[in-house]
Amino acid sequence: MEYSPPPFFKRGPSLLTRFTFFSMLSAVLLISDARFNYLHLFRQGIATVVYPVQRLGSLPSELASRIGDFFVTQARLQRDNDQLRHQELRNSAALQVLKSLESENHHLRELLAMRPRIARDFIPAEILYGHRDPFTRRVVVDRGTQHGVRAGWAVVDENGVVGQVTRVFPWLSEVTLITDKEQAVPIQAVRSGLRGVTFGIGYDGTLELRFMPVNADIQNGDLLVTSGIDGTYPAGLPVAVVSNVERNAAYAFARITCTPSAGVNSANQVLIVAANEERPENPAAESPSASKPRKVKR
Amino acid sequence: MNLSWLRPPISSRAPPQEILRPVRAPYIALTLLSALVLNLLALPDVMTQIKPDLIALTLIYWVVYHPRRVGFLPAWLLGLTMDVADGSLFGQHALAYAVLMYLAILFHRRILMFGMRQQIVHVAAILLLSQFIMLAVRMLAGADFPGPLFFVPSFLGAALWPLLFNVIRIPLRPRTDPDAV
Repeated sequence: MEYSPPPFFKRGPSLLTRFTFFSMLSAVLLISDARFNYLHLFRQGIATVVYPVQRLGSLPSELASRIGDFFVTQARLQRDNDQLRHQELRNSAALQVLKSLESENHHLRELLAMRPRIARDFIPAEILYGHRDPFTRRVVVDRGTQHGVRAGWAVVDENGVVGQVTRVFPWLSEVTLITDKEQAVPIQAVRSGLRGVTFGIGYDGTLELRFMPVNADIQNGDLLVTSGIDGTYPAGLPVAVVSNVERNAAYAFARITCTPSAGVNSANQVLIVAANEERPENPAAESPSASKPRKVKR
Repeated sequence: MNLSWLRPPISSRAPPQEILRPVRAPYIALTLLSALVLNLLALPDVMTQIKPDLIALTLIYWVVYHPRRVGFLPAWLLGLTMDVADGSLFGQHALAYAVLMYLAILFHRRILMFGMRQQIVHVAAILLLSQFIMLAVRMLAGADFPGPLFFVPSFLGAALWPLLFNVIRIPLRPRTDPDAV
């Protein structure tokens, strides 16, 4: 099976040599991407070149949805319009209350000499396509650095948190959904005020509230909202509803499963929320002499 | 379904050698670019998961039927492009395509000996192996096994092999019928 050309034809390096060279090169890229995150600029360059092809690829589905939009019935438009008008009315009432509350809150915070809450900017975006990479849960949205998006910003829809921008390209950005295996969201339970962190499970569309003691005050149906202590997600956005609590005294932690509030897999329009630029300073690290003995004790 | 337009038919006999017009490099580039566009087609969720990798299939075609026209470098660069577009680990598709090219070049004479049915089996094996490479890379990097649907694209891709064979050859067939004289 050896593929060896006669020596009198000049055919460049042998097959095995070429194969080894390119696999080594790929391995180097893989390791530097997985371990060190070096190749950001390289990736950006290729992404810019591929962008037209990507748009070309998403053209048919865009066209199909446009044609679908064109054939919307009058009755449906009427119904949507009524629904939206009612919602608008309700929202505007809530907004008026919110405005008075906001000014009151501002006033009280000033009285107590607390940091004012920072207003955030929103960038509306549309989801272009879902996750192609079967190992992660990501979507690609049609806003990028050219529209002011930065990596690390939160992404929400009308019902709650969808995910976080993890990679930005000039005209596109990648959003890792909260159901991804490596995505964590700091939350607070509304009923009990308990703080925790939810993690995606990865293979199905649920979340897990990890590291909660067996006797934690969490019930089925508890609403979990962002706690805002990470500076990424604005406080008070719905994240998930607790759907199952398993308390087994044999384990240190309870098994708490939650379903996301936002349409993580179904949303089409999302909002990208700008992060706090002015964060409070991180507390100074402990002096090495103070922390060393503690490490030894562990 | 009438498949009589498929020349050669899906049989176990080796396809007869056809006299084709010379293949120009721009045509190869065009087929690979179209495969890239089709790979990047935005589809509903389930279809995205089982969509065959047309770039891999097109590369195998060129290597098997027109050896030494497509080298490792274009295959590898296409792999990097797929990595960026898919948002997968950088070099994952590139490595898989390098393995695929190696196997396809190694076995291209063997594959030519067989009829369409056995060719499909060979192509499925090559595609599966390149997917195993990607799976191994991602699981080493800490990902979970994505489920049995992960392997469907290989089989679908292999099933598309006779179709691809015929579609790529349409512009390569001589314009006049050689038997007409």
